[in-house]
Amino acid sequence: MIVNEQIALDHGLKKDEYKKICDLLERIPNITELGIFSAMWNEHCSYKSSRLHLKKLPTKGKQVIQGPGENAGVVDIGDDDAIVFKIESHNHPSFIEPYQGAATGVGGIMRDVFTMGARPIANLNSIHFGSPQHKKTKNLLRGVVHGIGGYGNCMGIPTIGGQTSFDSSYNGNILVNAMTLGLVKKNKIFYSKAAGLNKPVIYVGSKTGRDGIHGASMASASFDEKIEEKKPTVQVGDPFTEKLLLEACLELMAGDSIIAIQDMGAAGLTSSSIEMASKGNLGIEINLNKVPTREANMTPYEIMLSESQERMLIVLENGKEEHAKKIFDKWNLDFAIIGKTTKSKKIELFFDNEKVADIPVNILVENSPMYDREWKKAKLPKKNNIKKKDLSSLKIKDVLKKILSNPNICSKEWIWQQYDHTVMGDTIQKPGGDSGVVRIHGTQKAVATSVDSSAVYCWAHPLTGGKQIVCESFRNLISVGAKPIAITNCLNFGSPEKEENMGEFVECVQGIGEASEYLKFPVVSGNVSFYNQTKDVGIKPTPSIGGVGLIKDYKKMITMDFKEIDNLVLVIGKTEGHIDQSIFARNILDEKNGPPPEINLFNEKNNGETLLKLIESGLIKTAHDVSLGGIIVALSKMCIKGNKGINLKKPKYLISEIEYLFAEDQGRYLIEITKKDQKKVIDILNKNAVHFDELGIVNENILYINDKTKITIDELRSSNTNWLFEYMSK
Amino acid sequence: MKSSVITFPGSNCDRDMDVALNKFGFKNKMVWHADTELPKSDLVVLPGGFSYGDYLRCGSMASKSKIMKSVINFANSGGMVMGICNGFQILVETGLVPGVLLRNKYLEFICKNVFVKINNKNNTYFKNINNNILELHVAHNEGNYFCTNDQLKEIEDNDQIAINYCNKDGQIEDQFNPNGSIKNIAGIFNKEKNILGMMPHPERMIDKSLSSEDGSIFFKNLINNIK
Repeated sequence: MIVNEQIALDHGLKKDEYKKICDLLERIPNITELGIFSAMWNEHCSYKSSRLHLKKLPTKGKQVIQGPGENAGVVDIGDDDAIVFKIESHNHPSFIEPYQGAATGVGGIMRDVFTMGARPIANLNSIHFGSPQHKKTKNLLRGVVHGIGGYGNCMGIPTIGGQTSFDSSYNGNILVNAMTLGLVKKNKIFYSKAAGLNKPVIYVGSKTGRDGIHGASMASASFDEKIEEKKPTVQVGDPFTEKLLLEACLELMAGDSIIAIQDMGAAGLTSSSIEMASKGNLGIEINLNKVPTREANMTPYEIMLSESQERMLIVLENGKEEHAKKIFDKWNLDFAIIGKTTKSKKIELFFDNEKVADIPVNILVENSPMYDREWKKAKLPKKNNIKKKDLSSLKIKDVLKKILSNPNICSKEWIWQQYDHTVMGDTIQKPGGDSGVVRIHGTQKAVATSVDSSAVYCWAHPLTGGKQIVCESFRNLISVGAKPIAITNCLNFGSPEKEENMGEFVECVQGIGEASEYLKFPVVSGNVSFYNQTKDVGIKPTPSIGGVGLIKDYKKMITMDFKEIDNLVLVIGKTEGHIDQSIFARNILDEKNGPPPEINLFNEKNNGETLLKLIESGLIKTAHDVSLGGIIVALSKMCIKGNKGINLKKPKYLISEIEYLFAEDQGRYLIEITKKDQKKVIDILNKNAVHFDELGIVNENILYINDKTKITIDELRSSNTNWLFEYMSK
Repeated sequence: MKSSVITFPGSNCDRDMDVALNKFGFKNKMVWHADTELPKSDLVVLPGGFSYGDYLRCGSMASKSKIMKSVINFANSGGMVMGICNGFQILVETGLVPGVLLRNKYLEFICKNVFVKINNKNNTYFKNINNNILELHVAHNEGNYFCTNDQLKEIEDNDQIAINYCNKDGQIEDQFNPNGSIKNIAGIFNKEKNILGMMPHPERMIDKSLSSEDGSIFFKNLINNIK
């Protein structure tokens, strides 16, 4: 087949990109080469629309060992231990085929982590679906949850946290973001940079099939009505093979045979080989006849573009081939020497004794397109019509019950009880708390991790929304007693070719950058997913932030369940009564306009760090951050988990009770302390200029809101737990 | 006391079991599925996980692996063999214990704490245990125990039911059954009671930072009984 412009366009390349390829090569590429360019230059692999903006994110810090640019980020947690972590999207495939799409998303992110030598110790996910009433939502939710569980459970890695939301903007484009944390010794971290000439290039893992060809290109385009036809581009996962691959790789990594290792993820053999060559400033020569294939008569084009799962590419030290082969034989995995490193600085492919591709590596990588896309500043939020005097007619109890059973607030137990969250025997805080926590096996340390996003806030004001998610992640870690270390981000947006969407992206990234800079909470890894768009309709901007923090002594971990009757409950941080964009405004008043709550980074940092000090001094019994739904929702969850109630004091504020209870002002935490410690705690709060209000006293089993309003814990629990179970059983 | 934990391709609770056994005083050895000889053992454990990816049928391929010949011989000569979760599935596939494990009634993987009532203490596994009820943890997709009426009669006549799902007060009712198993069966013995298969994971409940410590009670009692 002779390549022409039309074929290039069919591969998702733009006209000027095709021209650039021809100019750089000084000839017309053949079809295999064109396939390679299209795979490397699509949005998913090249970050061509986002690179310019991602550069602005703070990526360095005292504990950062590896920032963005490798398979995953790495942070130091002391005693030679390091945590490797990253979040990644698998949105497009999951909409087309929810089970396999989600499963291979989980598989892919785990490979990114163990490629670096780390044994995965925890999985999380952030999943977003269309309106519950939409005809596809239920099946997509079920498929995604089964897929995530199917893969993670089989691997034996606990899934300890996540986030699920419903919003009609995801009706045509669901989001599935998977995150993995792994543990590695600092001196045993593996990288993808090849080094040395004539080193054997090894292929291990599953055989290559025709699945997933052009998966990355599919993920770099908007959807239309023909999207179902793309099903064959979705990869098929085999967690059993991945488990074997994990064990085999870690066994080989225990020695000193490996120079570089890279998993075959998006764009398969193409991107893995080119990445290793590019980082090592070398060439790579591959004989495609040596690649283990699952199907007969696969062409070089198909072999290079297949996204079959559970495969790795390794550059070995000379003379270690036999040793390595033995290990992979033991685990019943394919092992093939398919090529070698060369000084040509080119990627050279041979098939049936013919050279089928010959491309200088720098053309593919350094010369890949980078766009400074046009973007529009987000419009300021419209004013809304909330009339304060109308609020007083609402019955708090009814409002609370309605909000507790809202799909975005309700308990997600139906989801997380399908994930094995206790395997490996170190999960000390299960899903459903502020963060999941796992111990570092055999030590006193534990890592806390949480994943957050706030699409509504980002939609109303991207800059504020971007800041808010970073702060929320910070708060979720602090609430369990962990010192925040670093974050990973998954930036899910619509088409970057639309100025409004690009504007949302630019401003969210700016917000994320500002907050992470101020909080010293750097971004060490991440992923961008554009084109979450069906025809003209894009999703609400949805950056997901995965945070990681350290608890030095796991026995000091904090949970959110009320502990003891007669203890005192305080709210840290100021409650101004910000109702706009709250779950209350959107769901009770049906008001979608107005700005999101403001972020005050000084208060965030000060409140958080002061709380951490209190926790470290052993003065805090229970903590929980205040987020969606405000103080009353946070309290309800603490009551439900602790099976206790609380007598609330009348707030001393000028704002109404409704505003006080449902406002979503930021930077706040609820804490439970003993009366004995009251003075000490208040002294520390005052000394650090942290605002607080006394909220009430823990009681046996009733939430007393005021003289006229009380709710039993059982009522709270059934409002909160039943919705999702009932929705999924209908 | 010496124990052996078999690692099959796809086992993923083998390490957890190793940690638990060592913690309570066993000298444990990990044994590879492709080995043929079992080290000298007072207890052999088939751990949880997804041996052979649960392909074909859970436990079926593992039941035919090389080491299983020795395990079966060991069991038939009276040696103690315990299968947890996937290990239980392997045991039913070998026929060492009766019945089968079907997919959970609600067709979903289930991971949560459950209570089980000990039905028979007249054996090395549960003898002398003070508790009648233990809080343990299940995590499985195929734990729905099933057998024919004739088999059930035989199991009951021989007092082979080891534990049943119940509530914290020990009531054995449908609503406390997480997977639809017949008679709320969570674990059974062979006739001679030297082989135990059960779905719950005691190895995940062995210190107070985990969601229960009742696994410790089980293991402490077990090693005392074997001594």
